[in-house]
Amino acid sequence: MGRKLLLEHANVPGIETFEVYRRNGGYRSVEKALKTMSPQNVVEEVQASGLRGRGGAGFPTGMKWSFLAKPEGVPRYLLCNADESEPGTFKDRYLMEKIPHLLVEGMIVSSYALGCNQSYIYIRGEYMWVLEIVEKAIAEAYANGFLGKNILGSGYDLDLAIAPGGGAYICGEETALIESLEGKRGNPRIKPPFPAVKGLWGCPTVVNNVESIAAVVPIVNDGGAEYAKIGIGKSTGTKLISACGNLVKPGVYEIELGLSVEEFIYSDEWCGGIANGKKIKACVPGGSSVPILPANLITKTAEGTDRLMSYESLAEGGFATGSMLGSGGFIVFDEDQCIVRNTWNFARFYAHESCGQCSPCREGTGWMEKVLRRLEHGQGHMHDIDLLAEINKKIEGNTICPLGDAAAWPVAAAIRHFREEFEWHVTHPDEAVKRNFGIASNHMPLV
Amino acid sequence: MSISVTHNYTDQPEPEFSAEKLLEVQRFISMYPEGKQKSALMRILHLAEEEFGGWLSVPTMNYVARLLNIQPIEVYEVATFYTMFNIEKPGKVVLEVCRTGPCMLVGSDQIIEYIENKLDIKVGQTSADGMFTLKTAECLGACGYGPMLQCGKHYHEHLTPAKVDELLDTLRKEHSEK
Repeated sequence: MGRKLLLEHANVPGIETFEVYRRNGGYRSVEKALKTMSPQNVVEEVQASGLRGRGGAGFPTGMKWSFLAKPEGVPRYLLCNADESEPGTFKDRYLMEKIPHLLVEGMIVSSYALGCNQSYIYIRGEYMWVLEIVEKAIAEAYANGFLGKNILGSGYDLDLAIAPGGGAYICGEETALIESLEGKRGNPRIKPPFPAVKGLWGCPTVVNNVESIAAVVPIVNDGGAEYAKIGIGKSTGTKLISACGNLVKPGVYEIELGLSVEEFIYSDEWCGGIANGKKIKACVPGGSSVPILPANLITKTAEGTDRLMSYESLAEGGFATGSMLGSGGFIVFDEDQCIVRNTWNFARFYAHESCGQCSPCREGTGWMEKVLRRLEHGQGHMHDIDLLAEINKKIEGNTICPLGDAAAWPVAAAIRHFREEFEWHVTHPDEAVKRNFGIASNHMPLV
Repeated sequence: MSISVTHNYTDQPEPEFSAEKLLEVQRFISMYPEGKQKSALMRILHLAEEEFGGWLSVPTMNYVARLLNIQPIEVYEVATFYTMFNIEKPGKVVLEVCRTGPCMLVGSDQIIEYIENKLDIKVGQTSADGMFTLKTAECLGACGYGPMLQCGKHYHEHLTPAKVDELLDTLRKEHSEK
């Protein structure tokens, strides 16, 4: 069994209540930080832990914190990004639903470290029942003196509130999240200035993912150095992986970074192998925006070494033969799945979710979706495959926010690894349509 | 993609929250610093939808603008940006089936088709009795528990045709008296 730092008590009955959470060691980090540590000490522990942002980008959290501007007389804000909308990713929902006080505790300690007196948790609007669970936890924390004025007699004040989203994937991008929290459309801002300098209402702001903030709790409890001992290389600590697709046991797992991908997929302790006795065809290891890997590159790198669940190992080989750990949204495809159909599905997602602010993304994602749709429906041409690659080049790196890249990378990777399948759709249009649309889908008209 | 809201104007007067709901509105506004009350907009729009028939008509949005002391256009542009807000009147019950990759891998297409046939409607339409509106949604964060649909605040996961039958029967009973 791997060590659990976040979900150790997730299945304790009543853990969502303050009383049971406290009885199981909850809020120790708040006591420790506020009574024995300076805010700078907390920042240093997080830096020592090597914690990398768990939302997808993997940027070192301690370093991000150190960038926060601290002008006199200007409030600073901590925003928790609980807008989880990346296809394949459902870990934050699990954490908030099961053990909401862990997030509240993390918010208190992190806000203390950053010198914030008002913090917000931005939760995607679809998770309205999760919002109610977290809101109840916040109310309990207030009632027990862990939020509000003069917390634990330390002189530190903190108010914590929740802001709901309205169903826009783009609001997971930190500047779009800030715009949304200000009550506007979720249009990403041009950076610089970065939120650390000019964020919410023009004030210095840190935006961290739910899992990153929760991880601050064990880091403060046990020390950054202890946390850094877990994992491998620069991938320290544990990571929540949300596994889905054609697996025997899909679900949310907390793993120690460095676990082998093979063990994660096939061991009974984790995913239990591929469902229905089938073979694996491909895997998207870090949420829909990261490159897909074919079966031969999932458990082994191109060099033949074991592929590990870590930021470095999954990226080994670059985009040519590697992928990314991303958000930990681990999507597995069995041998019967159609890569063209899946690529179209993801392209449709990004076209739908583009905020429309910049042309390469607004036009490019829609164009990609149309070309993929006609390939999938047996109406494509061989030159469409190269056309997709061309559109990709026009989008990637040319947009205000990373949604453009997120839309372009999966298409590029699918063509890179499964080009013959795209060609087969052109040369065998009737069979392709029969294979995928014999089963369903008159709700997906070809326009 | 923005959608015009001008067509959803109704000649009904602006609705009003109950005194109890107005307290809730004040609580939402108090979560933000003075002068930043616009930040409470989304929370209030969710509440308005829940209270005023499951959608945001122009009079409803005008009312919300007045509550927050902001221009109506500031409400319209938000209401039309976020996919969760209905700016057209839906049926009594809105079914939103997740159609994104992970759910598709485990059969969401078949579930959508099953509901379409069962209710004799297509995605985007409302059943003849005005009870159900069928929509599709992009990734609802239930990727390991698909196929699934959202109905109000509730997620219904691991769907099968039999479970869909059961769910529709239950919802029909719950809402036929309302």
